[in-house]
Amino acid sequence: MKRMTRRKWLVAAGATTAAVGAATLAGTDSLFAQEATPASKHNYNFKNISPRDLIQQRHLPNVELITQDNQKVHFYNDLVKDKRVVIQFMFARCKDICPIITHHLAEVQRMLNGRVGRDIFFYSITLSPEEDTPRDLKAFAKAHEIGPGWTFLTGKPDDILLLRKSLGFFYNDPKEDADRNNHSGMVVVGTEPLMRWTMCQGGAKPDWIATVIRTEMDAPFQGSVNGIRQADPAVHLKAAPQTPGGQTPGAMHRHGSMPE
Amino acid sequence: MAHFSKRNRRKEREVQQALNNRLELVKEGFTRRDLIKMGLMTGAGVLIPQGGLTHAYGQDPLAPLSSSSFYHGSSCDVGNSPLPAQVFVDPMPIPPELPTRPLTDPGLQFGAPPQLFPFNTINPATGLPFEGRGQFNGVLRPGSDFFQFFNQYPTQQYFVQRIRANPNFRITSDTNIPAQTIWGFNLGGSAASDVGTFPAPTIVTHYQQPWVVRRFNELPPQSQNGGFGVPEMSTHLHNFHSAPESDGGPCRWFFRGQYFDHYHTAQQAGFSFDFPPNGDIRESLSTLWYHDHRIDHTAENTYKGLEGFQLMFNQFDTGNETTGFRLPSYPQFDIPIILTDKLLDPSTGLICFDTFNFKGLLGDVQLANGIVQPFFNVNKRRYRFRVLNGGPSRFYELFLTDPLSQSNHIPFWVIADDGNLLPTPIQVTSFRLGVAERYDIIIDFNQVKSLIGSHTKVRLENRLEQDDGQGPTCNIFAGGDSKATYCVEFRIGSAVTDNSVDPATHPVFYQLPSIITPRITRTFVFDRDNGQWVINNKFADCNELRFTVKLNSPENWVISNPRNDWQHPIHIHDEEHRILSRVNNGGHHSSRSGTSYDSSRGDCPFGGGGGGISTQFPNVPNVEVSRKDVTRLQFDEDDTLFFRFRDFVGDYPMHCHNTVHEDHAMMLLFQVQPNVIDNNQNP
Repeated sequence: MKRMTRRKWLVAAGATTAAVGAATLAGTDSLFAQEATPASKHNYNFKNISPRDLIQQRHLPNVELITQDNQKVHFYNDLVKDKRVVIQFMFARCKDICPIITHHLAEVQRMLNGRVGRDIFFYSITLSPEEDTPRDLKAFAKAHEIGPGWTFLTGKPDDILLLRKSLGFFYNDPKEDADRNNHSGMVVVGTEPLMRWTMCQGGAKPDWIATVIRTEMDAPFQGSVNGIRQADPAVHLKAAPQTPGGQTPGAMHRHGSMPE
Repeated sequence: MAHFSKRNRRKEREVQQALNNRLELVKEGFTRRDLIKMGLMTGAGVLIPQGGLTHAYGQDPLAPLSSSSFYHGSSCDVGNSPLPAQVFVDPMPIPPELPTRPLTDPGLQFGAPPQLFPFNTINPATGLPFEGRGQFNGVLRPGSDFFQFFNQYPTQQYFVQRIRANPNFRITSDTNIPAQTIWGFNLGGSAASDVGTFPAPTIVTHYQQPWVVRRFNELPPQSQNGGFGVPEMSTHLHNFHSAPESDGGPCRWFFRGQYFDHYHTAQQAGFSFDFPPNGDIRESLSTLWYHDHRIDHTAENTYKGLEGFQLMFNQFDTGNETTGFRLPSYPQFDIPIILTDKLLDPSTGLICFDTFNFKGLLGDVQLANGIVQPFFNVNKRRYRFRVLNGGPSRFYELFLTDPLSQSNHIPFWVIADDGNLLPTPIQVTSFRLGVAERYDIIIDFNQVKSLIGSHTKVRLENRLEQDDGQGPTCNIFAGGDSKATYCVEFRIGSAVTDNSVDPATHPVFYQLPSIITPRITRTFVFDRDNGQWVINNKFADCNELRFTVKLNSPENWVISNPRNDWQHPIHIHDEEHRILSRVNNGGHHSSRSGTSYDSSRGDCPFGGGGGGISTQFPNVPNVEVSRKDVTRLQFDEDDTLFFRFRDFVGDYPMHCHNTVHEDHAMMLLFQVQPNVIDNNQNP
């Protein structure tokens, strides 16, 4: 943005400092003729990079995470890429908001009527990777009677922090940012290949959350203009990821291994 | 704090027990609110210890990282945008005017001509109803959303618009910055060359001439959004007194391939009640705008270009400076300006938008009517400028700055607030704009020229400091400060005939409608709850009409902000309001007892811009002694608003118009119905 002081624009116009007084008095309009923006803003070496790739680079880091079943997975490649996803943050010993949000989402999972694990994937990421072990997360999921298709994740603290901030969960005020409860309310809803992302409020009524999720996932495929429909990028066909261990968490869920 | 890897077994069992107890409660159907009511949880969400019901646990050591250490030079964020090499090199464009169409226009005959009930016959080409009216949140509600008063006030004017992408839009003539793909409203034609524009074409309408705008959703599919934007549309006519079916509310969006007819009676408020048949002339509106209002996606869609002006004229505000109030003639001397701040992606040079941000978004590329810091040639005479803050999150305080003598105070006149003429012009040196607010101002360039001396340039400058999307700071920069922003440069040319009224002669416009005793006073606290926006601790929901206003009754609403680190421009649909008072509440509504996030910001309400503070309405600047449709809810403030809800029945929203807050989702729906008494004071 051009935010020039008088001195700057005079310099930009080629006037010397000594000339300022005289120029001001003369009121020469030619002094205004060209106003340069800072050279540091003139890096026009643009790349041909897709908006989807930019979103991935900035918001969907491919950090390594560990599921409640002790499987190693990579956030972007295994959990998000080509999928419809619902993502939220929690921690197993949350005594405030998390149980309510989780309870709401468990209701939502039932309302989505078998879609979770099939063409929609739920992820809960711990805000307390230092203390939440996969076993803790598994116990939390069990206590909430979580159905298949919903993976609980922990990882290295630095990776979790990067993930949290990349997904928009941070505040400029350090005190606000340090309060885990501030990151436990909002729920990210996205269809990765369509670059469609929003958030809903986990505190809202489950039937409204389910409506938002369903609408987000399905609305792009409604309607057409001049016969052009939204091509199905086979989102719903993308099954759960292949993990380094050779097991697919989604498949495990479908086989009912979670919760035990 | 305890690490669970070395945890105490007993402690773990207690935690598990607490969780189980809570799960039993929620299983029984208790909501969080119930728990609060039962005294098991505080308003702040802290579970009150009840035996094993909760378990105290230590603070999280999560190290705070400043956003600056996270962001880097390649992200879509303030400070990273590439800029054109020079500014003030492009003229500010004036949006084209939308042509009227005869009813025989093919667009108006597509499916069916505009009709009382929505044309919900299935279009075989799309598999959806031809018309999207009658859908609510994407689902058809048969029999709903017929046009109220459609037969009493027959349509006199028809318009068509097609909502389309434009892949060749330029924000600057500097070809170093690439062409942008925007989404916009077109001029109504079906030819491929009739692309969407930004700003949208200006719609010009007149009172007592009812009109229909038919809008086609011809956007590309979702996967071609360029990174942001969703191709489901709801077009809100912001500030008009419209029935819900034509208002373009957040839940009435329509799909690609559908059209939507918006019918407006073109009568002033009160037309069916206390001022039949044409309404109260004092309720006349003039500077309206229209924009996408798709729930959860309004910020990205308007940012993508879906916003423009609609101007209403009547027998007093005629658009002709030789008649009526003699305001400067449209279109030569009556100029709409929409201010928007954008980010350009440093990797691609393309406009970018962070869809993961729910706190508010600032840009570092300042546009006026879609062009980076343009110039505008004016004659040495009076002009009317209609200045709109097009969002998404920035607040402006706008001054006229002499670039050669930046401390010069250059006065001008405010004649309308939110598009509503004041009783008489007020002289100011600045005005403040929250998102969606509008001020109509008169600048007399003959007078300005005499103040600035021998040169010919004066600039509209935003001097309000704002560091993030939450709200402004208390700091107003000095003129020409390197951190202030020039929005438009006016270049003063020769003198020409000026038949417009001189505001210094104190011409009288409409008087303000009288304030009467409200039937009820309701209070609404706009706050956050665990990172979620809430109004009275409740969440947005299209399926929940929070309360009912009795048709044709007056109410007072107290809107309250308990914080001094967020501001919210609050917009209420249907009828306008008056600000009766602005009261500093000292943050007494804070819902976070025991936890203080108070920042060092003061409360610093807008000081009136040199136009003074009302002696009748406490702490209300004189320029806000007006009819309003957006009230900036400032730090630690309770604002009392007076409303009437006349003529139309049905549902309307109230929401924060920081569009990022709106989307995430600081909003509620209420309804207006006859013969319903709802006395909930904190709905």
